[in-house]
Amino acid sequence: MIDFSTKYLGLKLNGPVVVSSTPLSESIDNVRRMEDSGASAIVLHSLFEEQLALESRTLDDDLSRGTESFAESLGYLPDLKDYRMTQEVYLEHLRQCKEAVKIPILGSLNGATPGGWVRFAKDMEQAGADAIELNTYALATDKSQTSAEMEGQLLKLVTAVTGAVKVPVSVKLSQWFTSLPHLVGQLEEAGAHGVVLFNRFYQPDFDIETLDVRPTLHFSKPSELLPRLHWAAILYGHVKLDIAITGGVHSAEDVLKSIMAGGGVVLIASALHIHGIEHIKRVLDDMRYWLEKREYTSLKETRGCLSRRSVPDTSAFDRGNYIKTLSSYSLRQTVGAF
Amino acid sequence: MAEWADQWRSEGKKNIWGALPIVEELQSEGGAAGALHGALQAGAFGTTFTASQGLLLMIPNMYKIAGELTPATMHVTARTVATHALSIFGDHSDVMACRSTGWAMLASNSVQEVADMALVAQIATLESRIPFMHFFDGFRTSHEVGKIFPISDETIRALVDDKYIIQYRQNALCPDRPFIRGSAQNPDVFFQAREACTPFHAAVPGIVQAVMDRFAKETGRAYHLFDYYGAADAERVIVLMGSGAEAAEEAVDALNQKGEKLGVLKVRLYKPFDASAFLAALPKTVKSIAVLDRCKDPGASGEPLYMDVVTVLAENAAKLPLAKMPTVIGGRYGLSSKEFTPAMVKGIFDELSKAAPKNHFTIGIDDDVSHSSLTYYSAFSTEDAKTVRALFYGLGSDGTVGANKNSIKIIGDQTPNFAQGYFVYDSKKSGSMTTSHLRFGPKPIRSTYLITRASFVACHNFSFLEKMDVLEAAMPGAVFLLNSPYSAAEVWDKLPKTTQEEMLRKKIEFYVIDGYKVAREAGMGSRINTIMQTCFFAISGVLPRDEAIQQIKKAIYKTYGKRGEAVVAKNYAAVDAALAHLEKVKLPAAVSSSFDLIPPISPHAPKFVREVLGKIAGGHGDLLPVSAIPAGGAFPTGTAQWEKRNIAQFIPAWDKELCIQCGKCVMVCPHAVIRAKVYSPELAKKAPATLQWAKPKWKGMEEDRYTLQVAPEDCTSCGVCVEVCPVKSKSDASHKAINMTPQQPLREAERANWEFFLGIPEADRSKLSHGQVKDLQLLQPLFEFSGACAGCGETPYIKLLTQLFGDRLYIANATGCSSIYGGNLPTTPYASNAQGRGPAWSNSLFEDNAEFGFGMRIALDQQKEFAELLVTRLAGAIGDELAKALLGAAQNTETEVNQQRARVKALREKLAGNKSSDARNLLAIADTLVRKSVWILGGDGWAFDIGFGGLDHVLGSGKNVNVLVLDTEVYSNTGGQMSKATPRGAVAKFAASGKTTSRKDLAMEAVSYGSVYVAQVALGGNDSHTVKAFQEAEAHDGPSIIIAYSSCIAHGYDLVHGLEQQKLAVQSGYWPLMRYNPVLREEGKNPFQLDSKAPSIRLKEYSYREARYTMLARSNPELAAYLLKEAQDDVERQWRVYSARAAMPGRGETPNIAPAEKPEDKSEQKLAAEAAGGAE
Repeated sequence: MIDFSTKYLGLKLNGPVVVSSTPLSESIDNVRRMEDSGASAIVLHSLFEEQLALESRTLDDDLSRGTESFAESLGYLPDLKDYRMTQEVYLEHLRQCKEAVKIPILGSLNGATPGGWVRFAKDMEQAGADAIELNTYALATDKSQTSAEMEGQLLKLVTAVTGAVKVPVSVKLSQWFTSLPHLVGQLEEAGAHGVVLFNRFYQPDFDIETLDVRPTLHFSKPSELLPRLHWAAILYGHVKLDIAITGGVHSAEDVLKSIMAGGGVVLIASALHIHGIEHIKRVLDDMRYWLEKREYTSLKETRGCLSRRSVPDTSAFDRGNYIKTLSSYSLRQTVGAF
Repeated sequence: MAEWADQWRSEGKKNIWGALPIVEELQSEGGAAGALHGALQAGAFGTTFTASQGLLLMIPNMYKIAGELTPATMHVTARTVATHALSIFGDHSDVMACRSTGWAMLASNSVQEVADMALVAQIATLESRIPFMHFFDGFRTSHEVGKIFPISDETIRALVDDKYIIQYRQNALCPDRPFIRGSAQNPDVFFQAREACTPFHAAVPGIVQAVMDRFAKETGRAYHLFDYYGAADAERVIVLMGSGAEAAEEAVDALNQKGEKLGVLKVRLYKPFDASAFLAALPKTVKSIAVLDRCKDPGASGEPLYMDVVTVLAENAAKLPLAKMPTVIGGRYGLSSKEFTPAMVKGIFDELSKAAPKNHFTIGIDDDVSHSSLTYYSAFSTEDAKTVRALFYGLGSDGTVGANKNSIKIIGDQTPNFAQGYFVYDSKKSGSMTTSHLRFGPKPIRSTYLITRASFVACHNFSFLEKMDVLEAAMPGAVFLLNSPYSAAEVWDKLPKTTQEEMLRKKIEFYVIDGYKVAREAGMGSRINTIMQTCFFAISGVLPRDEAIQQIKKAIYKTYGKRGEAVVAKNYAAVDAALAHLEKVKLPAAVSSSFDLIPPISPHAPKFVREVLGKIAGGHGDLLPVSAIPAGGAFPTGTAQWEKRNIAQFIPAWDKELCIQCGKCVMVCPHAVIRAKVYSPELAKKAPATLQWAKPKWKGMEEDRYTLQVAPEDCTSCGVCVEVCPVKSKSDASHKAINMTPQQPLREAERANWEFFLGIPEADRSKLSHGQVKDLQLLQPLFEFSGACAGCGETPYIKLLTQLFGDRLYIANATGCSSIYGGNLPTTPYASNAQGRGPAWSNSLFEDNAEFGFGMRIALDQQKEFAELLVTRLAGAIGDELAKALLGAAQNTETEVNQQRARVKALREKLAGNKSSDARNLLAIADTLVRKSVWILGGDGWAFDIGFGGLDHVLGSGKNVNVLVLDTEVYSNTGGQMSKATPRGAVAKFAASGKTTSRKDLAMEAVSYGSVYVAQVALGGNDSHTVKAFQEAEAHDGPSIIIAYSSCIAHGYDLVHGLEQQKLAVQSGYWPLMRYNPVLREEGKNPFQLDSKAPSIRLKEYSYREARYTMLARSNPELAAYLLKEAQDDVERQWRVYSARAAMPGRGETPNIAPAEKPEDKSEQKLAAEAAGGAE
C-alpha cells in the first residue's frame, strides 16, 4: 500500500490532492463527496473584500433608489431586518464545512484594505479555518506604481496577517513576479507557511462584432502546468515553506510531476468541473497503480526528485528562451521537439 | 401600516399573546373586507388598513360586519375620495362615506393619539361587539414623525380582558356547535331584526369612555368622547376632529392669552354620537359654534359633523345645559390636505363674533364663485418663539428626507426637546423636489401645518435657486445653508436677483458647502444627506458638535448597518469630511446679479397654462381662486411641453457621422425627448448654426436632411437611449452614436435647436412604414415629457401607442403610475398634432378601468350607429354619393381613415346652416363616423388583481377594445406591493419573504377565449415584435390585450439597464414573446405564434441582476434557492406549454378536431340546411 500522507502548512494530510477554490465547494454535499473521493483538504472559494464593498454599496443603491421622492410611494422594496452579507454567508459555510468533514478546511481571502485582510483572516480563523490562503493578486494599472512597491505591499500585508492569526497562512501568487525566489524567501520571513503556484485570472476577451470586452475564465488545461512545475522545481530546496501547485493539474501524471518538481500538494478544480468530483479518486487510484508498479512505497520518495537542485543538468530550468547555439545534450533534445 | 405588519410577520415578531399574526394581501380592498369578514366569522381577531377609494370598496362588508355585531377594528388614514380628480391627500370624505355602516368611528388627532386610540378601539370593539373604524388624517398625521410615548406590551396586556376574546371566539362559526349567520329575511322580520342591534350601539359611548378611563390610569394620558380645550367661560367654540384640532388648540391658546374667550371641542368618538357627552363638554357660556368638516357633501343641508351638532342642539333645545341656544355655523376646510392654520382658526373665530356669521363657509381658499370663503389674516402666527423651525429643500432620492427623519429621532431621543417632522413631495417621479419641515423645541408641538416662518433654510440642490425663491419662508436673520458648487467667494454672483435682495433684506446668515464634492470623495455619489445633516447640526447647535456627530453616526449605523460595512464607512467618511468644507459667506452690501428667477412655465405658453398651471408649477397653487380652476375636472392637453424642468445633469449628444438612423433611441426614450425629423434643405435656412443634420438613410429622401434632436430641458438623464444605441465608434468602443454629455454647456444652444426642430413639419405619415422601427422615429409622439421615473419602462409603450394611433385614440386609464404621470397637475403629457387631434384621456378608478373603456366603446358604437341612421335620413341634404361613401367606407388603414375624415368634413360643410334637428344632432356626433381606437391602459395591479373581474368580462364581451397592460409585476405607484403578476421568488411589499407562488399567466387566460387577440411583448426583447403586436391588436375587430414587460424602479436595479433586462427575461424564457391572433384561424392557420427562441440562459442569469430577487438570497438564502428552483421549473413548464401550443397544426390541417366556429363552405351550410329540413 502506497503511503500518500503528506504535510502542508503544518497540517497532516492524508493525500496530495487538495481541492482548490471552486463553486463546487459551495454545497456541503459536494464537500462531503470531495472528502469521500479522497481530497485531503479543501480550500474554499475566495472572499473578496472588494466584492463585499461593492455588494454593500449596490444593495444600498438598490434599496435607496426612488425612495422618499413621491408621496404615495416612499420606498419600493421592503427594507428587511437582515441581509446576510457575503462574509457572514462565507463564515457560516466555513463552519458548516468544518462540521461536515474531517479533512482540513482552508479559507481563502482577497482583501482590498490592510484592515480588511487582517479582520477577515481573523474571522476565518474564528470560524474554524485550519489555514488561510491569501489570494494576493493586485493588478498594476497605475504607471507610477513600481514593482518594488507592489512587492513591498504584499509583504506588508502578509506580515500583518501572519502576525494576527495563529493558523498557518499560505500565499497564492501570480507567476508574473520578476524574481520569484527572492519574493518567496521574503514571504517566508514574513511568516508565510506556504506558497501556491500560481493564480489563474479572469482575462478580458474581446467580442469583435459588438466591440465589447468580457471577462472570461476558462477551465485550466494541463499545458498550463509547465510553468508551475518550472518554478516549483526552482524554489524547492531553497525555501523552507511548503509549495503547492495549482493550475493545470488534471491527471495522476500531473500530480506526480508536481510532487517530483517539489510541490507538497496539488490544488485541483477545473478537472472536477470537467470530470466530476469523483475524479479525485481516479487520480489517486492511477497514482497508486503507477507508484506500485514502480515499487515506490510512499509518495514522499518522489518529492523534489526532478527539482532544479536534484537534476544533474540545470540548463533545462535556467533557459527561458529557445537558443540556437546548443551547448548541452539536454537542450539539443528540447530543440529536437520543435 | 399593513406593510409593516407583513414585514414584522416575516421577521417573526409576535403579538402580545405570543402568536404570529397572519397577514394577507387580497386583490382589492373589497376582497380584503370580505376576507376580514370571513376571518371574523371563523373566530380570528382581525383588522385591516385602508383609505380613500379602498375604504369605499369595503363598505358593503362593513354593513355586514356591523350588522352581525362582530368585533373588528380598521385603521384608516383618512384620504380624499376622487371626484372631479383623484387626490391621494388627506380629508374626511372617505370616512364620512361610511357613517351609516354601523361602525363606531373614533378619531385621532396626532401621532401619539394614533397609538393610543388604536388600542382604545381594539378594546372597545371587543367589549361592545360593535366594529370600530379608527381614523386619522392621511399624510398630516400618518406621515408625520413626532416624539411619542409608545405603549408597552404589558400595558396592552393589562387593558385587554381575555373574557371578551373568549366570548368572541364562542360567537364564531363552528361545526361543533353549528348555527347559521347571514340569513335572508323578508319584510315581516328584517326591520325588527335591524332594530335589535340598537342597544349594542347605544352602549358604545359608555364602553369607550370606560376604556379611555382605564387607559388613562395605565398611561397617564386621559381622553374623553369629546375633549374640550380652552377658556372655561368661552363664548365662541370650534368643533372639529382630526389633526386640525391641534392647530385650533394652538390658536385658542394664543388668542386666549390675549384675553379672548375661546375654545375648541375635539370630537373623538364621532359615531355613535353621544349627545349628552357632547352637551356636557361644551362650556355653558358658549354663544356661537362653528362646526368644521373636512369634506364636502354637495346638496346636503350641511356637512356631516355640522348636521350632527345641529341635530343634537335642536333635539335638546328644551333642556340645554347651556346659558342659551348658541348660533351654529358649519364650514369646510382642509380638503385634499389643504393647509389648516391658526390664522384660519382665528378667521373662523372672528366670523363667529359677527352678528350674522356666514354659514356653510369655506376657509383656506378664495371662493370667488359661490363666495363661501371667509377672509382671514394670513400673517397671524402662533409659532412658539423657542421652537426652531427648519426647512430643507432636497432632491428626491438624495436622502434628505431620510436624514431629516433621523435628525428628528436624534433630537427627540437625545435632547429634552420635542420634535416634529413633516415631508412634502412634488407630483413628479423623476427629479422631484422634497421639502422637509422640521420643528423642535422645549414645548410640545401641535403645529399641524407647514412652516412658513423658518429660522433655518437649507437648499440641497443649487438648481432649485434657478426657479424658486427658496428664502420666501425665511424669517429675518434666518440661517441659509446651500449645497453649492461655488465657494463662499464665488457663490454670491451665481444667485438670482430676487434671492440676493431677499438675503440682504432679511439679513440672512449664509453658509455654503459643496456637498456633492464631499459626497463624491466619500464614495456617496449624489447622496448628500448625511453631509448636509452634519452641517445642520453644526450650525443649529441643537447638540454639541461632537455629540451631534456621534449621534448622526449612530443613526447611520442603525439605518445602514445591515446593508454592509462599506455603506456605513462611506457615510462616516462623508460626515467626517463635511464640516471642513462648510464655509460662512459674508454678504456683500448690494445686489449684483444680472439675472433673475426663471418662470416655471414658458412665457410663450397659452394664457391658462401660464396663469393657472404656472402658478401651480411655481408652488403657489394655493393662491388660485375657485374661478381659476375648471369645474368638472377637464383640462387642456399638451401642457407638459411648457414646463421646463431642467433636471438632467447629462443629456444625449448626437454623433451624426456615426449614427445609422435606426430609430431605436427615439423608440425607447421614456420621455419622448429624443426625436428625429426629415425635412427639405429649404426649411433649414433659418436653422440655428448649431443644429446638426445628416443625409437621411431612406430611399427617395437622400436630398433631404435628417436631424436627431434632444429636448435638453425635458430630458431626465436616464441614459436608456445611449444604452440601446447599437453603433460604436470603430476607433473608440466607448463612443456611440449618442453619448451622455453635461447638459449645462449645451443647454442654451440645444434649447434653440429644439425650438427650431419643433417648428419643422412632421413627416408625411403615408410615406412611412408604420411597422418599421426605423420609420416610426418620424411619427410624432403625442405623449411627451411626463413626470414618470427616469428610465420608466412603461412610457415607451404609451408613446408608441400615440405615435401609431394618437389622432383617433381614446384612453381609459386605470389609477396607478400611468394615471399619475399621465394626468397629475400641474402639467400633463398627452398632446395633440398640428391638426389639433390627439388622445382623449380619462381616468375613472382603479378597479373599473376595463369597464370604463368598454363604456367608451359602446358609447362610440351607439353614436356611430345613430350617426349612420341620421346620414341615411339626411341623404337628400348630404347627397347620395357622399352619404353612401360615408356609410360604406372601409377604414382599415390610416389612409382610409383620413379619407373618411375628409368625407366627414364635407358632410359638415353640407349641413352647415341646416337647422333641422337631425342635422344638428348629426353634426354633434359626426366625428364618430371616423374610426376610433379605444385603449384601456393600466398596470398589473389593475389587470391581474383589482380589475381582473371586469377585464375578464370585457375580454369576453367581443367588443372592439384594446387593453394594454403595463406590467411592472408590482403595484408600482403605491410603492411596490405584490400583485398576482409578481414572479415567484421576488421580494415585494406583502411578499417580504419572497412570493411563494408563480405569476399568473394572464396571456393564456385571455387566449382561452379564442376570440381575443393576445400578445406578450417586451420592447427590449424585440422592438419590431412589439410594434407588430400593437398594430395587429388595433386591427383586430374584437377585444385585444397586450401584456407589456415594463422595467420598473421597484425591481431594484439601475433602469439604464432596463432594456438589457428585458432581453435577458426573454432569453431566459421567463418572458416568452407570443401573439395569438384569432384572424389566423380563419385563414386555416394556428393562431398561436411563439415569437421568441427557446430559453438560452438560466433564469438566475436574468433574475439575479435585480435586487428584488437578490435581497431574498441575502436574507434567506435557503428559501431563495428553493424559490429559484421552483421559478426555473415554472419557466420550463410554461415554455413547454407555449411551444406545444405554437406547434399545433392550424385548423386547415385539422378540420375535424378544430371545427370552424361558423359554417364556412357551402357544403357545410347545405348540410346544415338539409338537416334543418330546408333547402338552399
